[in-house]
Amino acid sequence: MPEPIESILAKHDRKQEELIPVLQDIQKEYGYISPESVKKISRYLRISENQIYGVSSFYAQFRFTEPGRHSLKVCLGTACHVRGGATLLEMLERSLGIHCGETTSDKRFDLERVACLGCCALSPVVQIDKEIYSRMTVNKLTEHLKDYE
Amino acid sequence: MNKINKKISLAKKKWKDLEDNTEPIIYVGAASCGRAAGALELLNGIDQFLVENKVFARVIQVGCIGPCYLEPLVDIKLPEQPRVSYNNVNMKMLPAILKSHLLQGVPHAKLALGNFGNESFYDIPRFFDLPMLKPQVRIVLRNCGFVDPEDIDQYLALDGYRGLINALKMSPEDVIGVVRQAGLRGRGGAGFPTFKKWTVCRNSPGEQKYLICNADEGDPGAFMNRSLIESDPHALLEGMLIAGYAIGASKGIIYIRAEYPLAIERLKKAIGQMREYGLLGNKILDSDFSFDVKIKEGAGAFVCGEETALIGSIEGKRGMPRSRPPFPAISGLYGCPTIINNVETLGTLPNILRNGAEWYTKFGKEGNRGTKTFSLVGKVRRPGLIEVQLGTPLREIIFDIGGGVQKNFKAIQTGGPSGGCLSEEFLDLPVDYESLASVGSIMGSGGLIIMDDDTCIVDVARYFLDFTQKESCGKCVPCRVGTRHMVELLDKITHGDGTPEDLMALRTLGDTIKRGALCGLGQTAPNPVLTTLRYFRNEYLEHIKDGRCRATVCKDLIEYRVIKEKCTGCQSCVRVCPTGAISGPRSEPHNLDPTKCIKCRSCYEVCRFEAIAGDAIVIRSAEKRT
Repeated sequence: MPEPIESILAKHDRKQEELIPVLQDIQKEYGYISPESVKKISRYLRISENQIYGVSSFYAQFRFTEPGRHSLKVCLGTACHVRGGATLLEMLERSLGIHCGETTSDKRFDLERVACLGCCALSPVVQIDKEIYSRMTVNKLTEHLKDYE
Repeated sequence: MNKINKKISLAKKKWKDLEDNTEPIIYVGAASCGRAAGALELLNGIDQFLVENKVFARVIQVGCIGPCYLEPLVDIKLPEQPRVSYNNVNMKMLPAILKSHLLQGVPHAKLALGNFGNESFYDIPRFFDLPMLKPQVRIVLRNCGFVDPEDIDQYLALDGYRGLINALKMSPEDVIGVVRQAGLRGRGGAGFPTFKKWTVCRNSPGEQKYLICNADEGDPGAFMNRSLIESDPHALLEGMLIAGYAIGASKGIIYIRAEYPLAIERLKKAIGQMREYGLLGNKILDSDFSFDVKIKEGAGAFVCGEETALIGSIEGKRGMPRSRPPFPAISGLYGCPTIINNVETLGTLPNILRNGAEWYTKFGKEGNRGTKTFSLVGKVRRPGLIEVQLGTPLREIIFDIGGGVQKNFKAIQTGGPSGGCLSEEFLDLPVDYESLASVGSIMGSGGLIIMDDDTCIVDVARYFLDFTQKESCGKCVPCRVGTRHMVELLDKITHGDGTPEDLMALRTLGDTIKRGALCGLGQTAPNPVLTTLRYFRNEYLEHIKDGRCRATVCKDLIEYRVIKEKCTGCQSCVRVCPTGAISGPRSEPHNLDPTKCIKCRSCYEVCRFEAIAGDAIVIRSAEKRT
């Protein structure tokens, strides 16, 4: 059972500056920001729901739909781009049948692009859940995907 | 004071014991990059080996020593022998190394990379004599890869917090004076003299002042700050204490990317240890100086590296820049005087305060004192994290340290997505703030991306513009609309539909955005396009006039072909082709149907990297379109 939103909120002061940390904590626990949680944050921090959506949609980190079982993040930092990161992303889009930013219909994978994972010397890299796969190729990546159900 | 002196002498004793070890020590480089290369697996492997062979060795996880291409690194130090480093260790090599070095006491010279003693050892050269390391001057990175980042005692033993102790003996004004004399300039990119910013803040009225460390390292292709924090978090924290004391701040905030979980974890541990040692909180080291540090995680917005946007983000708002003045040093976080310094600027301070301004001015050159860390990546042979004196020529960085380029050198991008691409003619340019600006680029935070013949300049310019366009906060029109137009034009060119007029339009747009944008993101966004238009105009024209991409990158301008003479008919490519574009019976040259081919590269990789196949699939720039 995830921690109730109320008890996450109670760990924070009721100030606007706590909004981003609150959103981060809720996303950590639930995987995304649901409309219900926005309502609760709004009441607790005394700021409007509009304002909360305004702030949360500004930052790439927050998502508003339920995530899939595994997250696929393709690094498209400069070094990865130069070494073929975009080809990897395209291959994933094609083989999973979804666009970047979407979740497969069986909820198996989320596909996202990230600006840089900071492993530039090992490029191109792809992160699957917490694991970082370095020096990826289209064919190696296809093999790794099989390990995630 | 007495308390800390006691801690220091204890720490020094502990360090000496470590150096005069009676039991073997194994060091594993386990920063994020080492981990990505498999360091954690090695740690398990080492544990298993020790248990199976019933030997004892102390295993220490250290940070990153810099040469990322050699990761993962495993070092072994036997009693009364120098520490020996092994590179690119994998699970297959590990038992051989451990068996020879640990069980038999003889370093595995064949697999060893370098030793940390004073001379070569079993024919293993000195680590710091390796070509990548020899030209470097390590000041900020001095501890990286040597100390256990989670042990404050190791930092203390190597004269850590000595700079703070010296600073607290001086008046804050004198500390600013030392930094002025040292000639330190902001390492975040703009190169503004640190002492000037500090003086303004120090003299601004206000009870509460803030010091913010900008660790929102959002530049793709840059990881200097991550490495420093993961490998030596106390250097940054000591720097924050010194800066806080100088400007009169009692609160410090580290604004760090959430994408750096290991760095955040290590900072949290380090802060806990500082509290224990009386280095944070009220009356630090029995002085009148009180200071506390809080960590704020960023939420993924590149523009938050801009200082006013960063402040907005900390206040819980959308991270959009505002116009300056007032500068944050006068009115910043919650309207209080605020100083925002980059990780590297702060990490340099302990060294200046420990060794004195005069020592620091020995490095670099007039107006550009000291050293700068760079992440050297892209198509270079020895990518990694490096630190050199300001004023070092690009050639030395790329060829001496980086070991040159895999194919032919084409360009170097300095300063990340907001910097410029420089061509071969600038290789002798010294890397300092003014020289880079004079050719239309910037120092930026220190990303250096090397490109070779396989990199398409137009595609790279498009990539950077696409990045800044996506990260534009949308507040001012030149940046919001202008960058978008530029991306559209570049798209057109990479698809082979460009016209010579588009180049003119790109220039005009670029110049307008540079002049009209509100913040640094917009003002520098056109740099990659403007510099490539200047130095690589021919490549643009090739795309436009000949419909040709010589680097075979732009998808619409290339085609895949099978060279019949080379094809062995091994069918490897037939198996991986997702669209069935390749066909042919075994042992006969295959056919590739260009109408079905989606240019996914699978066959190309298989053909080049699998033993049975033989370079038969090539990617070629298409013939001129009519």
